[in-house]
Amino acid sequence: MHVTGPLILGIETSCDETGIGIVRGRSRAGERNILLSNTIASSMDEHARYGGVVPEVAARAHLEALQPAIERAIDEAGVSLSDIDAVAVTSGPGLAGALMVGIGAAKALAVSLGRPLYAVNHLVGHIAADILDADAPPLEYPTVALLVSGGHTSLLLVRDLTSDVELLGETVDDAAGEAFDKVARILGLPYPGGPEIDRAAAEGDPNAIRFPRGLSRASDMAKHRYDFSFSGLKTAVARWIEQREAAGEPVPVADVAASFREAVVDVLVTKALDACAQHGVPRLLLGGGVIANRRLRDVALERAAAAGVTVRIPPLSLCTDNGAMIAALAAELIAEGRAPSTLEFGADSTLPVTQIQVAVADPVAVEST
Amino acid sequence: MILAIDTSIGSTVAVVEPSGVVRAEAGSEGTLGHAELIGTLLVRALDEAGIAPADVTHVAAGMGPGAFTGLRIGIAAARAFALGRGIPVVPVASHDAAALRHLDTNPAGPFAIVTDARRRENAITVYDGVDDRGLPRRVAGPELRPRAADLAADPLTAAADIVDTPAISAAALGRAAALALAAGWEPTGELAETEPLYLRSPDVTIGHAPKKVSA
Ligand SMILES: [Zn+2]
Repeated sequence: MHVTGPLILGIETSCDETGIGIVRGRSRAGERNILLSNTIASSMDEHARYGGVVPEVAARAHLEALQPAIERAIDEAGVSLSDIDAVAVTSGPGLAGALMVGIGAAKALAVSLGRPLYAVNHLVGHIAADILDADAPPLEYPTVALLVSGGHTSLLLVRDLTSDVELLGETVDDAAGEAFDKVARILGLPYPGGPEIDRAAAEGDPNAIRFPRGLSRASDMAKHRYDFSFSGLKTAVARWIEQREAAGEPVPVADVAASFREAVVDVLVTKALDACAQHGVPRLLLGGGVIANRRLRDVALERAAAAGVTVRIPPLSLCTDNGAMIAALAAELIAEGRAPSTLEFGADSTLPVTQIQVAVADPVAVEST
Repeated sequence: MILAIDTSIGSTVAVVEPSGVVRAEAGSEGTLGHAELIGTLLVRALDEAGIAPADVTHVAAGMGPGAFTGLRIGIAAARAFALGRGIPVVPVASHDAAALRHLDTNPAGPFAIVTDARRRENAITVYDGVDDRGLPRRVAGPELRPRAADLAADPLTAAADIVDTPAISAAALGRAAALALAAGWEPTGELAETEPLYLRSPDVTIGHAPKKVSA
């Protein structure tokens, strides 16, 4: 008899992307999870006029996007909802009002289908995106993970995807992606800032201006060795431009963009490789939407190679927020024999990475699937 | 069998027969915790009604007005439940449910359903009697008014009895859906018809030029 793994539908609504993913989980050790669909409806355009994600706008967009996104994902995967064996959803971290839309939908879908529900951690989901890359060798542990997006900038030590993830550090103010958006605005460039800064930086000199690297002084090492800070950098860019303008000199946009980007990339890669060295871990996993930034990937690959660290980057379509990574994490939990979540969890906007799954049911009370 | 869900104020789920007989109702009047409660309430209402998800033929969704964050959870749940079973969602204004309930025990003169809309405002819908389907006849609203407004002097509400409504009943919502269905309601596929009654634009200001940082 041919045994197939469970079919899992993942729902992700932690920020401005409504993500639905469908994954066929592995049924045995050594088998791979199979990505069947990765549907994303983004409300990014609606936020553009505000220069950043507006939580209420995002939450309204999730409600309107969810049903069509689920229908599209099912269609692309060539399955029907009655085939789904488990539903997975992001419980946090993220925007509370946005998360709640996905949670309400996921719970009702699980009840209507009579299927178990897995409520999981968004950040750990970003790591799980990596196990959907059919062309990559299996993920090895431990690995350091650097997750960079408009909503988060975190450095994690992953000893096991489903049971042991430790937060080494995170941003103490703005996320890196947010810094790109804010500096883009200072430079008069549209939202989202990442691609715009990249375009402007193409002709610029990354070493033209030495912008500050946040939390990188010797005195920061004791308490903030693996933490990030980008708010001072943004202010430094603004001040530099104002001084230029006050002196009646033109602002070299390309050089400012390239130098700003270099400061962000430098601090991200330096701290990630420092974490690898200090923990004796020769593996670095990159995730989050900002990984789409080519300069970040190039610098990371180049400096990691010099340090003897292997870099893994999931396909870029799985680096931005998506439902497939949420389904993938649930697939691993199921493969490990983990009990589903109860129906009694809510949104946790600051869910710690140590909580990989929330509201785990008492295994005795749950019939095995 | 109609499954009715409303999270415009508290969290409430009911199962109502097509005839309008209420089979079960589960809920909490607390104005927080909608996301935490919704799954358990669904299970409880189905259990108490003694039916399986597959027995549900329609999902009635309370469309507000209400506090946005909570309101959306019930609508998202209603749509997802319906999607899971391949059945239609019947959108019902939450005030219609309150009005139907008011008419159970009161004469059919003009009256205004008044609910808390947060930010020192109330949401108000004015009704007068019932239409030929047996549903409360909406004559004005829903509209927002300051909580401190003098409703007796307001043209919207001057002629109406004021019905302060601290909670919406999913049972009444399901009964309203049953009346609409009995009168031949069919899904139109019009999204505009099923949009939540937010009554307010998202609370945002258009980005202005960045502030100066130099002294
Ligand atoms: Zn993310």
